[in-house]
Amino acid sequence: MTVLGVNLRNWETWGTILVGIAMVVLLFAGPHIFDLFLLFKVTLFVAMAILALSMGFIWGYGGILCFGQSAFYGLGAYTYAIAVGNIGESTAPFLLAIVVPGAFAALLGYFVFYGRLSDVYLAVVTLAVTLILYNFMRSTAGEEYVIGAQRLMGFNGISSIQPINWPGDGSAWLLPDEIFHLAMFCLIACYFGLKLLNRSHFGRVAVAIRENELRAELLGYDVRLHKLQTFTIGGAMAGLAGCLGVNFNSFVNPDVFALNFAAEIIMWTLIGGLGTLVGPMIGCIGLLMLKFEIGQQQITNTYLIFGGIIMLFVLLVPAGLLPTARQLGERYLPMLRADGAGDGRGREAAQ
Amino acid sequence: MTDAATETTSGTATGQTAGAVPILETHGLTMRFGGVVAVDDVDFSMAEGELRCLIGPNGAGKSTFFKCLTHQYKASAGRVRFRGTDITGSHTYQIARRGIGIKTQVPSVFDGLSVHENIWVAARRHHGRREANRIVDEILERLRLEGHARRVVGQLAHGERQRVELGTVLTGEPELILLDEPTAGMTHEEVNQTTDLIREINRTTSLIVVEHDMQFIKAIAERVTVFHQGAILIEDTMANLEKNQQVRDIYLGKQHAA
Repeated sequence: MTVLGVNLRNWETWGTILVGIAMVVLLFAGPHIFDLFLLFKVTLFVAMAILALSMGFIWGYGGILCFGQSAFYGLGAYTYAIAVGNIGESTAPFLLAIVVPGAFAALLGYFVFYGRLSDVYLAVVTLAVTLILYNFMRSTAGEEYVIGAQRLMGFNGISSIQPINWPGDGSAWLLPDEIFHLAMFCLIACYFGLKLLNRSHFGRVAVAIRENELRAELLGYDVRLHKLQTFTIGGAMAGLAGCLGVNFNSFVNPDVFALNFAAEIIMWTLIGGLGTLVGPMIGCIGLLMLKFEIGQQQITNTYLIFGGIIMLFVLLVPAGLLPTARQLGERYLPMLRADGAGDGRGREAAQ
Repeated sequence: MTDAATETTSGTATGQTAGAVPILETHGLTMRFGGVVAVDDVDFSMAEGELRCLIGPNGAGKSTFFKCLTHQYKASAGRVRFRGTDITGSHTYQIARRGIGIKTQVPSVFDGLSVHENIWVAARRHHGRREANRIVDEILERLRLEGHARRVVGQLAHGERQRVELGTVLTGEPELILLDEPTAGMTHEEVNQTTDLIREINRTTSLIVVEHDMQFIKAIAERVTVFHQGAILIEDTMANLEKNQQVRDIYLGKQHAA
């Protein structure tokens, strides 16, 4: 039973449709059901969900474990802050916040993939680059660190960043609910963009490379180029998340490059489920909500709890929330059983 | 034209070889791992349309030879020419695009994907979406894998995985296929089917087959190259090799004793 090439008996199709409906409902209903404070928070969650998507894509589908996905988020945030501080009109800064992290990912990816570094080294190199950026940005407090008219401000961070405006009119700043709409729109575009990409030839080859690089090469695919492209898409998407993230409170500081944040993105993906797109978003929002809750009390440290959670997941739910729920669903609800092997699900099924 | 080329063309006639450039030639191909010489100064040549078998005891360098041909290993010395073009320095994927397909010793497939997806990914590299789907169906039927199309390859038996791998190789219609132990782990019946399949493939494609199964080699081989300690010991027909005392000593003798 297929309509327009879409298999209607596949749970995955229905999952995608449901997620799409939920996101569109949230897009329109959000400003009405959340008060202003909550709306800011949800906007940040949406930006982070885009970051989680980028990680879910490059790691879960591309098989590229980047320990420094936060670096591209941070670069997007700083690029926007610096560019808007100089230009004053947000259209070009918004685009630069996507292009610059994407270009940086391409450059870093070139050395890593064309240098044939193995997976472990990739993780180490990306983490090291992130921490170098962290230390560098923290040391830019002096007046000599200035790009155009915008000082980098070191560990204090850049504050009072001008929000995104309507294209072409530098004084027509977006209101909080409009920024929420924009973020939500970007999330929907990224989610469905990646869905389409994963169904495409490119996306399937990315998964094939994740499964077996050698076979992909023996069939004539240039694995280095393909991984570079995957990595660059992920970097650009993380940059977009960073740009939206600074619009949440008009502030960015070097903590975006910190180890904590880099590790959190890995945790979102592991907990939500590797090889899915919705999983990392669920993991992201769940952990962020928990972090806010824990942050409001003084009894225990956030990362102590996070450490416990990740250990529990690795031991008890190693596949992550979404794939585990799917397995349970397929076991007890036979009508959901997929007759077509999906893009990301084979990995769990094979184990 | 080199001596090697004339030698092969004068060998068992395949009918397509007269005066043509050899499909594959190596000159002084050598692969060293530290002090170990796995492939030692190999001059190999075969004609278009040939079905060549490589035999030799374990560790003779047959698989390493294949890996040098496909640039999975960078050869320490020597040249590889494919249809007259030097491909020594080409990347693995470029060699594949030129038309050399390989089935590796341990099946190299996309374990987490379904049989259909495995072959689709291979077919889609050469063809548009619609044509790729058609070719996948054709290959599935040819390899008797239709019933497994939606199954995850990692869950299949060894022999089926071998067929899936062969299927991915065949989609590209390579001009030369390297088969590293195609019958390993197969049942007697599967071996017979593979024999037929290889004969069929050889109607359009040159093949090099590495095998240990002597019955299988007798069934398919025209000309056989014997590897020993990384070098080519001798090249002849299977009938002559069976009479050759040196070959019996290093290889067949051991097989019979075992």
